[in-house]
Amino acid sequence: MNTRTRKLAVLTSVLALTALAGACGAGGKDDDDKGGGGGATEVGVTDAAVTIGGTFPLTGVAAPGYSEIPTGAQAYFDYVNANGGVHGRSIEFLVKDDGYDPTKTSSLTDELVLKDKVFATLGSLGTPTHNAVVDSLNDQEVPDLFVSSGALAWGDDPGAHPWTFGWQPDYEIEGKIIGQWVSENMPDAKVGLFLQDDDFGEDAEKGVREYIDAQVVEAQRYTSGNTDVGPQIAALQASGADLVLSFTTPSYTALGQLVSLKLGFKPQWYVSNVGSDPTLVGGLLERFSEGAVPGTASSLNGVMTTRYIPGVDQPDNPWVQLWQKVWDESGQDGELTNYRIYGMSFAYTFVQALEAAGEDLTRDGLVEAIEDDGGDFAGPQLAPYRYSSDSHLGISGMQVVELQDGVGQPVTDVLTTDIGDSEIATDDSGQADDAPPESGLPE
Amino acid sequence: MRRLAAVWHSTLGRHLLVTAAAVLVVVLVVESVDDFRAVQLTQMAYLGIAAGGLTVLTGLNGQISLGHGALMAVGAYTTALLVSDDPVLPLPVALLTATAVTSAVGVVIGAAAARLRGPYLAGATLALAVALPGVALHFGETLGGEQGLRLRVPETPGWVLDAAYFVTAHDLTRSKYVAYLAWFTLVVVYLLLANLARSRVGRRWRAVRDDEVAAELAGIHLGRARVSAFVVSAAAAGAGGAVMALAVRLTAPTGFTLTLSLTLLTAVVLGGLGSLTGALAGAALLTFLPSVITDAGTSAGLDDIRAAELAPLVYGVVMVAVVLLAPRGLVGTLHAGWRRLRNPAVTPDPTTSADAASPGATVATSKGDTR
Amino acid sequence: MQQLINTALGGLTLGMVYAAFALALVLIWRSTHVVNFAQAPMAMVTTFVALEIIDHGHSYWLGFAVALAAGLVLGAVVERVVVRPVEGGPEINAVILTLGLFIVLHALASVVFGNRYRSFPAAFGIRGIDVGGTTIALTGFGIFTILAVLAVMTLLVLLFRFTDLGLRMRAAAFNQEVARLLGVRVGRMLTLGWALAALVGSLSGLLIAGGSLVSPGYMDSVVVYGFVAAVLGGLDSPVGAVVGGLFLGLSLSFVSGYVGSQLVALAALAILMAVLFLRPDGLFAPARERRV
Repeated sequence: MNTRTRKLAVLTSVLALTALAGACGAGGKDDDDKGGGGGATEVGVTDAAVTIGGTFPLTGVAAPGYSEIPTGAQAYFDYVNANGGVHGRSIEFLVKDDGYDPTKTSSLTDELVLKDKVFATLGSLGTPTHNAVVDSLNDQEVPDLFVSSGALAWGDDPGAHPWTFGWQPDYEIEGKIIGQWVSENMPDAKVGLFLQDDDFGEDAEKGVREYIDAQVVEAQRYTSGNTDVGPQIAALQASGADLVLSFTTPSYTALGQLVSLKLGFKPQWYVSNVGSDPTLVGGLLERFSEGAVPGTASSLNGVMTTRYIPGVDQPDNPWVQLWQKVWDESGQDGELTNYRIYGMSFAYTFVQALEAAGEDLTRDGLVEAIEDDGGDFAGPQLAPYRYSSDSHLGISGMQVVELQDGVGQPVTDVLTTDIGDSEIATDDSGQADDAPPESGLPE
Repeated sequence: MRRLAAVWHSTLGRHLLVTAAAVLVVVLVVESVDDFRAVQLTQMAYLGIAAGGLTVLTGLNGQISLGHGALMAVGAYTTALLVSDDPVLPLPVALLTATAVTSAVGVVIGAAAARLRGPYLAGATLALAVALPGVALHFGETLGGEQGLRLRVPETPGWVLDAAYFVTAHDLTRSKYVAYLAWFTLVVVYLLLANLARSRVGRRWRAVRDDEVAAELAGIHLGRARVSAFVVSAAAAGAGGAVMALAVRLTAPTGFTLTLSLTLLTAVVLGGLGSLTGALAGAALLTFLPSVITDAGTSAGLDDIRAAELAPLVYGVVMVAVVLLAPRGLVGTLHAGWRRLRNPAVTPDPTTSADAASPGATVATSKGDTR
Repeated sequence: MQQLINTALGGLTLGMVYAAFALALVLIWRSTHVVNFAQAPMAMVTTFVALEIIDHGHSYWLGFAVALAAGLVLGAVVERVVVRPVEGGPEINAVILTLGLFIVLHALASVVFGNRYRSFPAAFGIRGIDVGGTTIALTGFGIFTILAVLAVMTLLVLLFRFTDLGLRMRAAAFNQEVARLLGVRVGRMLTLGWALAALVGSLSGLLIAGGSLVSPGYMDSVVVYGFVAAVLGGLDSPVGAVVGGLFLGLSLSFVSGYVGSQLVALAALAILMAVLFLRPDGLFAPARERRV
């Protein structure tokens, strides 16, 4: 053997070795075979536990804030498990970090489905990231529940994606609700739009323009990752806008406010629910609120936003009290935040869906239960879910509020609507007055 | 028997024999693993294809590129556009087209890169890696913007299913079909790269890397040698990107951040620059190691978030350590150790260490510029 | 008109920050002929050190000073421990090494300081200055940024042109053998070069952070733009770095405001390529034969 031959031999043996390493890990024959016979158990479900998982950005640019969502969900599942689980089963929640990179989302979701054999995915975060896996989850008939993103794609066409469900109100209805409110209450305002350059900004703009297309004088888009928003705000200022509707993530809300301070730009602000977290944004801005009362989130005073679940600014709300208790008992580091409440809230909905699906848990049964009963699910949401066999979109409405010292003061009743040209109506279901059961577990 | 020996003694013949062996190994392995491992193997394959291209460029020609992630994006987007919901082109044609388009882009970038050296080239390709995702956002109508382009792997052709069933007596799943596609692409790409590296072209690349002046005196056109190396490397990256698009089922700007380019560089450095075996080993490490590290972190009591940061931390440390302690990379070091064990008296011959597909290649054997 | 002025002023301040970063790269290039891709995370780490100090109730200026000192020490340590073995070797090894360092520092900071946004105070006002009833996009802190960068540039020019130390540093970088023969303690000079560079890098980190938000990734885009700025200026010239930074800051600000923010990075690439095609060694480097 000469050296060249040996090199090639090495190449081949590396191929073989890696492959063998892969093969060893496979653990032999697939023993979780679903089987068609009666009494067979569902993937990811045993008598003692049900295993689910989700992908979230725990590292990278999108991680700040969002990485807290799974900790909230985990805290609620811990609470449920400590109280006997659902139908005697505890909930195992596997969290994978995709760093907001669709390539990783794809391989990690494969890992959840093929290796960890999860029963369903829950709360997976992000539009581009989830876009990478939605087809494959549906092809494999894995329930894909409560995607943490307000894109329409998760629920507007159950025929195409029968296993996927949205959860939060989609961005379009938020745009519609604030658009209508502006057209009725500020018909003379010159409206500027400050939008994230993706589906979030796009869907919201579509909703807003349905009502106040003529009032919009300027639309500026920023690219996530480029923190210099000075040129965009300068353009909004130059357009003469006196009301800016800002569909931004929290850090960009704060950056926008800081640049406006620098430019002396003082419009009335409306900030989308996603980007208005008063604790987070207010906390970020507090340091710069020269002369204002320290220790309050007063830098956002007068800013309007929307709300669809109660948040940390309402410590007397019975739901928030439950979440506080759950969080304290979970013993994890850090404070209760709105991101954690978000995670607990969809975890609550999931537990409810498990309850509704009955003792003989199957993937089909779970989806059926959400389609049949989801519209009447109790929970922290202010407006009912839209779940049915025709729509997998989540919460149907929200309430416009104005921030004062970090607390949202209601400006309107809870308004509900749907995508397209569906009317906006005041919610009469009484969903907003729902309080959690004594046990903290859905009944 | 003598005829076989004759085949073995011609470079092409030897490579073809090894290729046949590799195909056999691929079939055996893919058939013996479950669907999840098949998915992981696919990931290893597309990283390996692109890393193979990068290792040829950086190891053999001495040009560094931090922008190979962007080239993968070109291949991936081309594939995504060609393989839409209603495929007009068969997959192999789509893969070839993606490779061709990326090569064309490679000509342009390579022509620019040929004028740059060392850190200038690194910086320019770095800017390329950061800039290219913006193009997808700007042409959102065609390229899908932030959400990206979703693609479906076309139905596995009937004859492939039949052939697979005939050989293995199992039905071929979608993930395994993609794994086969990826690994056969890898085998073809590596065969071509190994042949090129052994040919006159490859010798010119190395000559340019080792000593510009001597190369020029020997009649080598420096610019042409550099551009050709870049184009070949880009073609491999394009093929890798195309396979990646099929494996990920989505092509979006967030999938092609600087991290991807750095990942490729990590793979070739870990494996050993200039060595295809090393590139493949590096790709294997990057595919299989993260979950091991993260799991180790979690079981050591770290929370999910901190455990998730462990993998990049380990990579970074290993990358620094490799450059400092084992500049020949993993494969090169193992190989040298092996040689020393077998033949303690002979010190490694430095002249063979710069060979293509050579596990013994050092990170870079000379300065490669005339500063 | 107001938009034009404000976009320009925004670009000016931003350009100065790129300039500060480019100055740090130039310093390292001058002392060791290495481009330090880990400059950004090094600055990020020292900025977080400052933030920890300020958040523990100490004054802004104490945090500022400690961050600069931390930069000095970090630069020296990195050079002595990690970079020294690859100096004088193939350029590619140094590039890979600093990229590895980039990844390490990033991950470490996420673990130690947490992966979330935090606000960083500014020493001076962050409201725009009032000129004849309209506010222009120039803040007290912006003016401080501009002055600080100009001062650093001047000091560096003075150091390299007129001091014995600067001369020795250049000699050590230019040719180690000859410098040694001339009695220059080369190792010490190289360490000093890295330490000073990291100090200037820390300054750029503090200037970007001031009045804005920081997270472990907040300097990432600056790596690219700062590098482009340094190359525009020729990688070798402090004045060139500042001019390059200003040019880049202004151009990118206008592209962002009038064309679209998604094309900013592409514009930076286009500018870089255009300049390198015309002058492969940058705008401010002495003309030199280049083999192609």
